[in-house]
Amino acid sequence: MTLPGFPDAAPLAGLGGGILIGLAAALMLLGAGRIAGVSGISARALGISKTGMSSSSAWSFLIGLPLGALIIAFLQGGIPATFAGPVPLVIAGLLVGVGTRLGSGCTSGHGVCGVSRMSNRSVVATITFMAAGIATVAIMNALGLEVLK
Amino acid sequence: MIGRILPPLLSGTLFGAGLALGGMTNPARVRGFLDLFGDWDPTLAFVMGGAVIVMAIAWRFQSGMKQPLFAPKFALPDRSDLTSRLVIGSLLFGVGWGVAGLCPGPGIAALVVEPSSAVIFLAAMFAGMGLVRIFEKAA
Repeated sequence: MTLPGFPDAAPLAGLGGGILIGLAAALMLLGAGRIAGVSGISARALGISKTGMSSSSAWSFLIGLPLGALIIAFLQGGIPATFAGPVPLVIAGLLVGVGTRLGSGCTSGHGVCGVSRMSNRSVVATITFMAAGIATVAIMNALGLEVLK
Repeated sequence: MIGRILPPLLSGTLFGAGLALGGMTNPARVRGFLDLFGDWDPTLAFVMGGAVIVMAIAWRFQSGMKQPLFAPKFALPDRSDLTSRLVIGSLLFGVGWGVAGLCPGPGIAALVVEPSSAVIFLAAMFAGMGLVRIFEKAA
């Protein structure tokens, strides 16, 4: 199925993926009693953060991420993807690392878990990072900066 | 012990599958979603919408539960103060998200999509996280 006016969009795969992410976060909440926030769990696993779930739980969650992607890769016969080159990847990684620690979360913790709970901190964070992402892409396009390989 | 491993492992696996199926492990698609004023790709609105709807239902269940299914108690964020740190951090994160089209979850899941790129992104991301920790210790 395609969306009229958006030939490249994949709304059904998007919705299906979103529901899986929601079920994953629901399992973490109702099963383990915690927020499925990937930046916080990553920091916990690497010892950068000392609070949160146990280190073994954090590692178990993180190992699941590529495992789940691998299952989709097998079912679909691959995952289409185009990445940025090494220089933009380093710049982006640094900004994402610093930003998610200062901002106490990312797309999963704030964008999915916090927004669905209507946490005012998460709503503010999500509006801010969405606006910043949109502005960044618009400015880069206006300057003719092509980062994707 | 099993309770500390299996629920998070299953959650992470479902999460990674959702990211890959929804197109979040494809930076070109993520940047297409952020390209609101250009050649906009609305796919990620469906990803976020689907996830938020399921989680909104989960929060309803949670409010009626005394404790989680596999843990002794809920350990959830309870802050509601809006700080400049929250806004500045989210701003920096958003710029980084826009530059390469990757956030933490897809960055980790991408280890099986394009390992060479994912490793570079993750090394820089953890360096950034470590920098904040070092500055906080010094302050």
